[in-house]
Amino acid sequence: MSSVAGSGASSLPATIGARTPSVRLKVEQASYAYAATDRSAPKFTLGPTSFEAKQKELVAILGPNASGKSTLLKLLAGIERPLSGRIEVDGTEVGSLDLRTRAQRIALVQQESELLFPLRVWEYVLQGRYPYGKRLRFESDEDCLLAANALAQVGADPLRDRWMDQLSGGEKQRVILARALAQQPSLLLLDEPTQHLDIGGKVELLRRLRRLADESRYAVLVVTHELNLAAEFSDRIVLLHKGKCLRVGTPAEVYERALLEEVFEAPLDVEIRAGGRPRVILGANFGT
Amino acid sequence: MRPLTPKRVAWICLGLGLVLFGAAVISLRIGAYPISVVDIVKTLFSGILGRWDSIPTEHRSIVFDVRLPRILLAVLVGASLSTAGSGFQALLRNPLADPYVLGVSSGAALGAIIALIAAPHVPGAVQLAAFGGAAATTAAVYFLGRRGGQLDSATLLLAGIVAASFLSAIIMFLMTTLSGRDLRGMAFWLMGDLASTLPTNPLPWFEALFFVFVVAAGAIYATSSDLNLILTGEQEARHLGVNVHRVKLVVYIAASVLTGLAVSVSGTIGYVGLLVPHVMRMLFGTDYRLLIPTSAIGGAILVLLADTLARSIVSPTELPVGAMTALAGAPVFIYLMRRRMR
Repeated sequence: MSSVAGSGASSLPATIGARTPSVRLKVEQASYAYAATDRSAPKFTLGPTSFEAKQKELVAILGPNASGKSTLLKLLAGIERPLSGRIEVDGTEVGSLDLRTRAQRIALVQQESELLFPLRVWEYVLQGRYPYGKRLRFESDEDCLLAANALAQVGADPLRDRWMDQLSGGEKQRVILARALAQQPSLLLLDEPTQHLDIGGKVELLRRLRRLADESRYAVLVVTHELNLAAEFSDRIVLLHKGKCLRVGTPAEVYERALLEEVFEAPLDVEIRAGGRPRVILGANFGT
Repeated sequence: MRPLTPKRVAWICLGLGLVLFGAAVISLRIGAYPISVVDIVKTLFSGILGRWDSIPTEHRSIVFDVRLPRILLAVLVGASLSTAGSGFQALLRNPLADPYVLGVSSGAALGAIIALIAAPHVPGAVQLAAFGGAAATTAAVYFLGRRGGQLDSATLLLAGIVAASFLSAIIMFLMTTLSGRDLRGMAFWLMGDLASTLPTNPLPWFEALFFVFVVAAGAIYATSSDLNLILTGEQEARHLGVNVHRVKLVVYIAASVLTGLAVSVSGTIGYVGLLVPHVMRMLFGTDYRLLIPTSAIGGAILVLLADTLARSIVSPTELPVGAMTALAGAPVFIYLMRRRMR
């Protein structure tokens, strides 16, 4: 069903597509710090950061380890509140949402925790309907339909009756993604989703995320280490370094050789490919 | 894709309810005075419909005054322990959790004994003290079972064992203050005993205890869809909109109440909360919306059958019912533990 809607949307005339798309996420000067004790000076883990994500956009959050990526993700997901600034999803401040409403607007895909008892794939995906449930949350036919759609969207239809603990890494990743889609969020957050995938799996996942973003109403945000995949598939890059937001822009705007070399502390070269998207390769002197 | 419906829950519970009824009839049949199954069923229904004059007095007395109270007690204790067990398993994210294994029953027993010695005639004091003992032990074991800020399965079980042996030592110490006759009764009670606690007019007493059970088990049941998600992972549950802290607090208090309730009337009957939810998971799956009611009925069936065996296999003497459940439960515990370690 959704794929039909999606192909319809992509064939819309350019004039309609050019209407200001609604802003799903708005981050205004958000910062975060924690103090070890009441008296100690606060330790900034994220300086003031501002950017936006509109519907159908795929935004990549890049940066080396300890650059503040996870902190930013926690702020976006509403797990932590920003020390200053605002984070809005669909025009409402994230911190003011109650837990269930938040779960209806923001879906977070993380590495899954170990399951205590075996669970079938469809049961797992149905959990994504929890924020919409009533008392005791017995699932309705609509919930089942949406869960089935979510599974179809990630191409995991045939996995439906398998046990979660019998899936391969890539299959599991797709099922976790399906559960997040079943939440029907405005904002889909993914925390290093490519971490345990081989190169084929990484490309497939990013392609899928790109297509999901194109076909739907939500904005997709991916925290990742994959410079080239981010350049290839994202509309916007947020580059973090040592707790500071260094630059926000299109891949071509952000991928400057000097900037990337400074941030990732490695000799790098940037070349612009035919489509205008940059590609990062190791610099000529990396062996020395 | 066939999600759980209220109808399915109701049908399965009805089926198990019939098994429980069958077990109750068997239990009513067994005893020194012979009575046929037909007479039992007749007496039961006449009694329920209030038509006392249609049944012989001795049948009425043997069914309603002698055997049924003990059956109701077994049902109450089994359902409480089993519901508490499934609650603890979700709360502590550990399939081996059980009021007895975690030492919570020992805490409740210590509370109950202190109340028995200090305030033997205050109504409800034993139950309240047992609840206090259970709650304090759960909290202590929970904090002792953490390693590096995380609840660790093996550390938690060790903490439970240590708590149980420590509390048992205090109980032994307190028992030396008792006279010889009380001592035997108390030793039996500690092993889990349904024979000695019934008051002469048990009806109002049962009403109060069943009321507490319904409130506490209902509270756990109300959180069952939240518990399903917490079992998948607390972080993930939070992201899906579960108020994890509130759910855990509700389950913690309610499971402690249920343990306190069961221990205060029957002593420490072990492994029911481990055995029954495990079997129910194998039969009906892991969904807590089905697991909690089936465990409650299953627990009632188990303790009822165990008590019937305990009072019939070495008749005319009796075994403590806790010995029977331990005989069945301990091997299952070892089996589960070995499977998890593999």
